[in-house]
Amino acid sequence: MTPENKLVAMPGPHLWKGLSTSKIMYLMVLALMFPTAAGVYFFGYRALLVIVVSVAAAVLSEYAVKKLRKKAFIMDGSAIVTGLLLALTLPPTIPLWMVAIGSIFSIAIVKEAFGGLGHNVFNPALGGRAFIAACFSARMTTWVAPMGFGADATTTATPLSSSFIWEGSKLSLYRDLFLGNTGGSIGETSALLILVGGILLLALGIISWRIPVAYIATVALFSLALGQDVLFSILSGGLMIGAFFMATDYVTSPITDKGRIIFGIGAGILTVVIRRFGGLPEGVCYSILFMNAVTPLIDRYVKVRPYGLVKKAKSEA
Amino acid sequence: MGFNIFKRVSRGVKLAENKSHTEKPIETFPLPEKVTIPLQQNIGAPCVATVKRGDKVLTGQKIGDSERFVSAPVHATISGEVSATTTVINPPTGQPVPAVVITSDGEDKWAELEVPKNPEKLSVKETLARIREAGIVGLGGATFPAHVKLAPPEGKKIDTLIINGCECEPYITSDHRVMLEYGEKILAGANIICKLLSPEATYIAIEDNKPDAIEYMRGLVAKTEFKNNFKVVSLKSKYPMGAEKTLIKNLLNREVPIGGLPLDVGVVVQNVSTTKAIYDAIFEGKPLIERVVTVTGAVKKPKNLLVRFGAPLRSLIEYCGGIDGKASEVILGGPMMGISQPDLDFPVVKGTNCILTKESRLIREQECISCGRCVAVCPMYLLPTVLAKNSKAGRYDECKEAYIDDCFECGACAYTCPANIPIVQYIKIAKSELTKRRAKK
Repeated sequence: MTPENKLVAMPGPHLWKGLSTSKIMYLMVLALMFPTAAGVYFFGYRALLVIVVSVAAAVLSEYAVKKLRKKAFIMDGSAIVTGLLLALTLPPTIPLWMVAIGSIFSIAIVKEAFGGLGHNVFNPALGGRAFIAACFSARMTTWVAPMGFGADATTTATPLSSSFIWEGSKLSLYRDLFLGNTGGSIGETSALLILVGGILLLALGIISWRIPVAYIATVALFSLALGQDVLFSILSGGLMIGAFFMATDYVTSPITDKGRIIFGIGAGILTVVIRRFGGLPEGVCYSILFMNAVTPLIDRYVKVRPYGLVKKAKSEA
Repeated sequence: MGFNIFKRVSRGVKLAENKSHTEKPIETFPLPEKVTIPLQQNIGAPCVATVKRGDKVLTGQKIGDSERFVSAPVHATISGEVSATTTVINPPTGQPVPAVVITSDGEDKWAELEVPKNPEKLSVKETLARIREAGIVGLGGATFPAHVKLAPPEGKKIDTLIINGCECEPYITSDHRVMLEYGEKILAGANIICKLLSPEATYIAIEDNKPDAIEYMRGLVAKTEFKNNFKVVSLKSKYPMGAEKTLIKNLLNREVPIGGLPLDVGVVVQNVSTTKAIYDAIFEGKPLIERVVTVTGAVKKPKNLLVRFGAPLRSLIEYCGGIDGKASEVILGGPMMGISQPDLDFPVVKGTNCILTKESRLIREQECISCGRCVAVCPMYLLPTVLAKNSKAGRYDECKEAYIDDCFECGACAYTCPANIPIVQYIKIAKSELTKRRAKK
């Protein structure tokens, strides 16, 4: 029996669901294991090395920055998610020191300089990727064909670049895009395994369907309107991984259902515009970063009508 | 009712029920040797004692009353002698409330009860007067005086009466048991309310986690003269379904205006136990002196007890075998909206539907990650995270603009928050600051 003097008075509610921030982060890591596995399968040890360096640099720089800021370092898994996501957006052959610089930039500048988890404006992984692309653009556009663990790396064009030529049938192209047997960033090639990870997150209630569905549907419809190959537009490049794993980042996307739909549509339009009319072959990264920047605006102006709000005129009449 | 694509998705949270521990018959708690009766057990004005130290009182005798309209008298719950007057601290407000202490003579001699010859033929005025004299308040926990609720102002037409048997908070089973054991009295009580309000429709609303109560009440309704008027409806078990505003939204797809009352949309909601108390008052002349309390959580033998008001919490916990090793908190009410009460000398009062003993929840607040879970569960369609952030930063006016007054503090947001932010506390702080500012003006 508890002695009565040990009883405490606590504010309610006296129940907690128990799904903590760190649990969510580790579930994200779990879901990311599917595209990660695809990346390692197709691009071998080199891809694994990029992933290890990126994650290690992210966690260590988070630790260092927290010490410098004299804040408690909490191993909540968010740095692992950032490091992993960054690695999945990089070419498998990128020099490892560039990976480390990008990862440090993601954590130290994009995340911590804005106040740390919960306060960053931009998705840290995509911020890091954009930084590497700006500094080392040549190495960020050198792609290799999937070589697994044996063969030598041979350079190739990604499906979205202008020099990409496909000699097989359309069906075999879709098949390779769906399975991931094409050139590209480590984690973006296998639509199948990204979907498996994404559906896992949806089933666990970690992400909402609104952003990925609005994003992918907008790209599909807009591509169709421009007379492009819809399936190709959806399956190629970083759209799938961006829609399920990057655009859904809580901190940098809207909090309301309506806001999330707007976010997805905006990112979709921008992606197609950059791909079709811009100077870059791929636009997922910059589209999401741009929508991150307008997220505070969306959250400010998208209103949800609270229960029982009636127009003044009506209630006075 | 019916399918409506424009109806907004109902929000709320699915909670672990934890009701099975006390899904068993009501036991009568032994007569207390001493009771402490606070003179305010309702929302509204407090009572003034009508007895003094040394007076002999009988069970059911009025010992405190008020001349104000929004008030309800209190009665002696045992027979004996007024041995002291004292004050107790009212847990929700922290305000001291005067109380009358009665020492039992062990005989439980009742005051003479006046039973009307033809209870169903009483006039509206007479019925309301009897409900008031019986000291009936909302027993779901809100303790709003029943005679006030049942007398809507002129010009407010009530078209729907909802008898609320949802009991959406986990652990609590008192309303559930009252339905199963006093179902007929509830129906007769509902019939009295119908005579007062003449609604077009009467619903008995029960969450689908109580299929036995739904079936039983349906069976009863079918057997009675009410079969054409009363409808027993099964609602999804989703907290906070039993809250008036949520219930009205889910059942009728109507929204009570901000700052308004259910009667503004033609609805009166009355709890099942309150409805039973109205039956007792009108048909048996009995004032409200006892209620069913669920004693559960970390006690050795959880029970539903029929308890006279004024019995100390300690006596109920001891009757149920005492607190188990791990509990560090005693909560009056359910785990979501209940209030911690570490002082076990505090008595059972009209609003005590449950005594829950449990391990307290640790709050380690982290940064908000804007996941939007609080937004997705808020039954009032508010943005709890925005309210909490603005309150934390002292921007109370922005809280007001974000409709903070619409929040009834159900706690679904804080329950679901991954960052463990005590959102309800921040909202309470902002509300009390805004009230202070209003008072200054």
